[in-house]
Amino acid sequence: MTELYKRAAVFQFEYRRSPDQDAAAPVRRPIVVVGAGPIGLATAIDLAERGNAVVLLDDADRIGEGSRGLCYSKRALEILDRLGAGEQVVEKGVSWKLGKVFFRNDKVYEFDLLPEAGHKMPAFVNLQQFYLEQYLVERALDLDNLEIRWSNRVTGLDNRPDGVGLTIDTPDGPYVLETDWLIAADGARSSLRDMVGAGFIGRTFEDQFLIADINMKADFPPERWFWFEPPFHGGQSALLHRQPDDTWRIDFQIGIEADARKEQEPERVRARLDRMLEGRDYSLVWVSVYKFQCRRMENFRHGRVFFAGDSAHQVSPFGARGANSGLEDAENIAWKLDLVLKGEAPESLLDTYHLERSAAADMNIGHSTRSTDFISPKGPAAIGYRNAVLDLSRRFDFARRMVNSGRLSTPATYETPLSTPDADTFAGAARLGAPLPDAPLRNVDGFDVWLLEALGDDFTLIVFADGAAPAVPDGVTLLDIGAGWSDPKGMLAERLDATPGATYLVRPDQHLAARWRHYDPALVAAALDRAKGIVK
Amino acid sequence: MSRLLTQSRFANPDEAFVAIVDAHRDLAPEASAALDARLVLLLANHIGDIAVLKEALAAAREGLADSRAG
Ligand SMILES: Cc1cc2nc3c(=O)[nH]c(=O)nc-3n(C[C@H](O)[C@H](O)[C@H](O)COP(=O)(O)OP(=O)(O)OC[C@H]3O[C@@H](n4cnc5c(N)ncnc54)[C@H](O)[C@@H]3O)c2cc1C
Repeated sequence: MTELYKRAAVFQFEYRRSPDQDAAAPVRRPIVVVGAGPIGLATAIDLAERGNAVVLLDDADRIGEGSRGLCYSKRALEILDRLGAGEQVVEKGVSWKLGKVFFRNDKVYEFDLLPEAGHKMPAFVNLQQFYLEQYLVERALDLDNLEIRWSNRVTGLDNRPDGVGLTIDTPDGPYVLETDWLIAADGARSSLRDMVGAGFIGRTFEDQFLIADINMKADFPPERWFWFEPPFHGGQSALLHRQPDDTWRIDFQIGIEADARKEQEPERVRARLDRMLEGRDYSLVWVSVYKFQCRRMENFRHGRVFFAGDSAHQVSPFGARGANSGLEDAENIAWKLDLVLKGEAPESLLDTYHLERSAAADMNIGHSTRSTDFISPKGPAAIGYRNAVLDLSRRFDFARRMVNSGRLSTPATYETPLSTPDADTFAGAARLGAPLPDAPLRNVDGFDVWLLEALGDDFTLIVFADGAAPAVPDGVTLLDIGAGWSDPKGMLAERLDATPGATYLVRPDQHLAARWRHYDPALVAAALDRAKGIVK
Repeated sequence: MSRLLTQSRFANPDEAFVAIVDAHRDLAPEASAALDARLVLLLANHIGDIAVLKEALAAAREGLADSRAG
């Protein structure tokens, strides 16, 4: 990334000396999270909300502006909602669900990411990443058992079988901190990754993209517009997104040969924008040039150190899978580590973090690689086929469906030993190993609530009443639909393909762990053990 | 188990061959390549079976020098 524009601080925080820096011997903490980006913040908040004491270290003392994450997926919003920041993000952000793809002067394809009602969260929200970070920091500051230490840079890591030693640099000089468990969410250029001696394998794309955030009053609808070879940007692609505060994000593909510094000069950027915006008034907010990588660590777990977010995997932004998938990492590690720390699950449960999230990363990398290859094809054959698809897409449905301007982030469905394989057959939108689809419900007091709000922080059992009163294991939340709770629109029953007696076991991260046509306490108990990684 | 049909299927194979070659007549090499690409995509979708497509791709590739090999 090359920078001509100054990154102003949007929010400034303060370094404070911690008593740990004056301790005679290194203090030992149960959990340390490194990196107060969206993923470190989400992990720390989730663990703290579950009752754990967490220290969060970040080498900066501010949130800077700049063009980074922008589109937050429905699943990411659901996770943020559980952490107490989702409604703020939706309120401030621009909700959208329609994407349009243009080839030269014609619209060739349109997609609707959420064609049905009955979900709390919209398909996507556009919001400048610094706002998301601000809301998460505010949420973190509410939690007494979560301590953020700004201007604390980790410079050394001693990863022992019995704990992790950290050397931390501060404005007052270095100190050493011990921790039982460490989450490394220190971003794509993770130095902790180097400190554990792990590689970061994958592809780098040479194509460059000029990214401009501009201020403009315009009445375009809140949709994602993508152009292949538009008349205003000959031969290459362009992307337009609306953000709050009358800010718009525009991506221009500028090719391999372009001179990144020169392309960022305001006159050149303006010339491109003028051609596109046809005389509309606008001002430049922030301009940068990016190249993209698609890669991941071989193993997300290194002993007592877990990598999450961009430190573990990196994708191209076509599809908005970076922060969105990182938030799924955050919630995956949080409940597992929590159960292990509480002694309710064996330590081996933690290995399923790598298993589930590396498979998700592979899916995300696959999608974002295919999108990037379609947007910037290499070699005459790839270019020829790409253009053939675009040409045919004007006339034929099948080709429209091959046009790949980014397949937008969808949550992972885990094929995992933690799921109990289906013994009965189920149709409907819910899938074993995937997050439950949301639905409107009415609670025991007659209030309307969303399913995903009603799920417990621990495991939840959803039982569609058939007269029998289910005996629920300790610590499991019961939603008895048709007895205390109701499904006024029948949407939950439809989405879960429920019949009377149907029973669903849901993990703390809202993924479906097991389901049966009839409630059987022995089967539920066995599935619960299995979902906690307890092998009997 | 092969699913790609490789026995002759056209009543008049010569006619099919000529139709393909004729379609390229008067086209510059680039346009000719574009025609092939469109044709492959149309026919691939018509077949609509990823296993058959992959088998056909493998059969078509056989014997072509692979510049990545060695
Ligand atoms: C142009 C662009 C567009 C994007 N669009 C989207 C999008 O639409 N949707 C989406 O989901 N994602 C998008 N992304 C990706 C998204 O920005 C990243 O995935 C996200 O920021 C990753 O969050 P993170 O917390 O893992 O890492 P980061 O946000 O990089 O945070 C890492 C933190 O760790 C700190 N740190 C680093 N080293 C140390 C150390 N040694 N000690 C202490 N602290 C340290 C850093 O200061 C930083 O605060 C986009 C990215 C780009 C570049």
